[in-house]
Amino acid sequence: MIKFALAGNPNCGKTTLFNLLTGSTAYVGNWPGVTVDKREGVYKRGKTPVKIVDLPGIYSLSPYTPEEVISRNFILDEKPQCVVNVVDATNLERNLYLTTQLMEIDVPMIIALNMMDAVEKSGDRINAEELEKKIGVPVVKISALKGEGIKELMERAVKCSEQPRKGETVLKDSAIAHLIRDVAIALGAQKEVSAPLFHAVKLCEMDELEAKAHEELVPMVEEFKATFSDDTFGTDFEAIVADARYKYISAHYSSAFERKNNAGEKLSKSDKADKALTHRVWGIPIFILVLFAIFHLTFSENFLYLNGFTKSMAWMPSLEELGMDTDNVGVQLLACFYDGALFSPGVMLQNIMGWLTGLVGMGLEAACANAPEWLSGFIVSGVWEGLAAVLSFVPQILVLFLFFSILEDSGYMARIAFILDRIFRRFGLSGRAFMPMIMGFGCSVPAFVNTRTLADEHERTATIRVIPFFSCGAKLPILTAIAGGILGAADAPNVDLIVLGMYLLGIIVAISAVVVMRATTMRGETPPFIMELPAYHRPLFKGLMIHLWDKLKHFIKKAFTIILASTIVVWFLSHFSWNWHYLPDENMNESILASLGMLIQPVLTPIGCGSQLTNYGWVFAVAAITGLIAKENVIATFSVLCATIAAGVGAQFEASEEGVAEIMFLIRETGITIPALIAFIAFNMLTIPCFAACATAKAELPKGKFKWTLLFWVVVSYLVSSAVYLIGEWWWTVFIWAAVAAASILGIALWNKKHPVKKAETVAIGEVAEAEAALSADENKGSNEIK
Amino acid sequence: MVKQLSEFKVGEKGTVKSVAGEGKIRRRLFDMGVTPDAEVYLRKKAPLGDPLEVTVRGYELTLRKSEAECVSAEVEN
Repeated sequence: MIKFALAGNPNCGKTTLFNLLTGSTAYVGNWPGVTVDKREGVYKRGKTPVKIVDLPGIYSLSPYTPEEVISRNFILDEKPQCVVNVVDATNLERNLYLTTQLMEIDVPMIIALNMMDAVEKSGDRINAEELEKKIGVPVVKISALKGEGIKELMERAVKCSEQPRKGETVLKDSAIAHLIRDVAIALGAQKEVSAPLFHAVKLCEMDELEAKAHEELVPMVEEFKATFSDDTFGTDFEAIVADARYKYISAHYSSAFERKNNAGEKLSKSDKADKALTHRVWGIPIFILVLFAIFHLTFSENFLYLNGFTKSMAWMPSLEELGMDTDNVGVQLLACFYDGALFSPGVMLQNIMGWLTGLVGMGLEAACANAPEWLSGFIVSGVWEGLAAVLSFVPQILVLFLFFSILEDSGYMARIAFILDRIFRRFGLSGRAFMPMIMGFGCSVPAFVNTRTLADEHERTATIRVIPFFSCGAKLPILTAIAGGILGAADAPNVDLIVLGMYLLGIIVAISAVVVMRATTMRGETPPFIMELPAYHRPLFKGLMIHLWDKLKHFIKKAFTIILASTIVVWFLSHFSWNWHYLPDENMNESILASLGMLIQPVLTPIGCGSQLTNYGWVFAVAAITGLIAKENVIATFSVLCATIAAGVGAQFEASEEGVAEIMFLIRETGITIPALIAFIAFNMLTIPCFAACATAKAELPKGKFKWTLLFWVVVSYLVSSAVYLIGEWWWTVFIWAAVAAASILGIALWNKKHPVKKAETVAIGEVAEAEAALSADENKGSNEIK
Repeated sequence: MVKQLSEFKVGEKGTVKSVAGEGKIRRRLFDMGVTPDAEVYLRKKAPLGDPLEVTVRGYELTLRKSEAECVSAEVEN
């Protein structure tokens, strides 16, 4: 099959084009060995099918960021039959800069002039024929968004791919044209070098990768340099090349581009919005408000606080108080939207899902009425309840993800980086690290991959390590279930306040950990922050739906594979003893799982979930273990285990979709305290993420860093959750934690003074202790509130 | 008058004269179109006074003050 590569600047609509070309056949391909993120799909609407490879977005083929190297190597080594250079027509000048570099490679090439609809709407005109004549590469106008020009693009690209193309350079008139030609000839003489022109230009620029690959030609460049002098640039060939490219572009593109008079002078809608969103005074408050609104709309069981801020202020009657029959299915459906308070949209959807899974559960139970006890137990409590627990929180994850997609697609996300850079710099990161971190709230896996936009290796490692602290969607049910359980057991603030508090805890731990890492094991200068701010777009419904569908598919797949498998394993382990006898629910204390849990239980004593609990305290240890497979499992495990414990102690227990009843049940049966429950959330939030995330982190981290990262996660989560528990239970321990933290900060400071530049390779324990420090004060506040 | 881009006031326009700085940063500035003769317009400063938002070659670029120090530009009156 012939193979086309899509190359272009970030944000030029490449992925939209990719989705359009490949349709539903698109999938995320994992390539062996290297950390590569190219997406692959097949275009089937032409005469012959074409494999389409979507390369990461790049501005240049310089060797400074991983995605530039990936794209460069792909085009040079994999030799696609044609490179489709996607160019944002609304930003022609800068986009063509990459074009001038791609042109130098000996590969057939075509320019897709994208976003033509936006150009025409603004009244500007682009003469594609003129551009084609000047550049010497076919140019096709398209609009990936509206699906215009796609057929023509592919037809011409196929035609293009049929004959080889020699690299062309726009540097023919530049001061170093002679040198480039000589180096190219020298390179061409070596048989194995393909695309000699491209390599020659890079070598003249003294590109790191190139100079290493062709050491024998470096003296030639040096020699030329010695005899050379330019009025403006001296012997700075890199500057000469960049300058020549842009000069060529401005000279040739002006004749093809016709700007509408008086355009650009008037304040556009986007400018007006930008004025408010990045306002000197209001920019940051608006950002905080947006973040709060998102969490409120997704998680609040008290929409817009219509029902007052605390339980005592509540005035809305529940459906039961209104005299409705809560056994009626219709009333139960109504209760998804309103029951004692009006719910936020996220909670409504979650309730509807819960209502649906509840109906299926009842149906299953009825169907299994005549089956043997172990079989109905296996189907209803082993398989279905675990699955239902996962499915029930899918709606909230999707709602949260929808909001983040809107922020990203609208261009506001980049402004957030702009607003926050000053703050991030204080921690030794750039504002750009914000994006992978905020993506961590959705799922760590894409967030890890996204760290590739960070050019600095230390910044990347530090960012990857703290991404799991930005609590992902799968950890959300742990939060809502436990917060709901606490709310049921005490007059605590709203669920969304507890949830927000835990999210903040994660953020604070992440920041402290970064600060410490940048002061100890990940020392280095603050990386640069030179970035494009994309124009504001109204997010497109279709684009948002693609994002959501991707996410949904991912979760459903996970729910029916790894999570289903692990709930079944948990069920088996909890219903069989070491000698493979089936145990009815009430004898669970003799099960394999119970003995494993009991073995680990003492270790969790400092976080309040260990030896201080009664008989069934091991469920927390077991839940934490199953959580390593997938975080969704924690609550699913509670569901399965509570049902069996209830049978064992002869108590009343009815599973709830969100796990709230489970937590209230566990508070009653195990005697776990509220600080311990919060510590348990903190532990699960900060500890080793799920399998999928670990695998991604291993691939994205520099060699040898993964094992330290695992250790880092274990130590941080253990220490932070211990601090949460101990301070929550005995507030005065805050002084001990503060003293330990202060001592370690002092230690680090002194050590840094003594070792100004030397780098340490291992994770210092002190770095974790300090993470504590920042949070202990905050946590104390938090737990007081809860009491 | 030639001055550093970091010294520009909001709303000032200028033409880039030279780009200094360490290899990586300079290369990045070049790649993003900040080359000699490019027109720059300081559009905005972030709420905390840093980074800056600059219009260059028809799009919006953000960079820090410390990076803008590498760029010398002739202010347009």
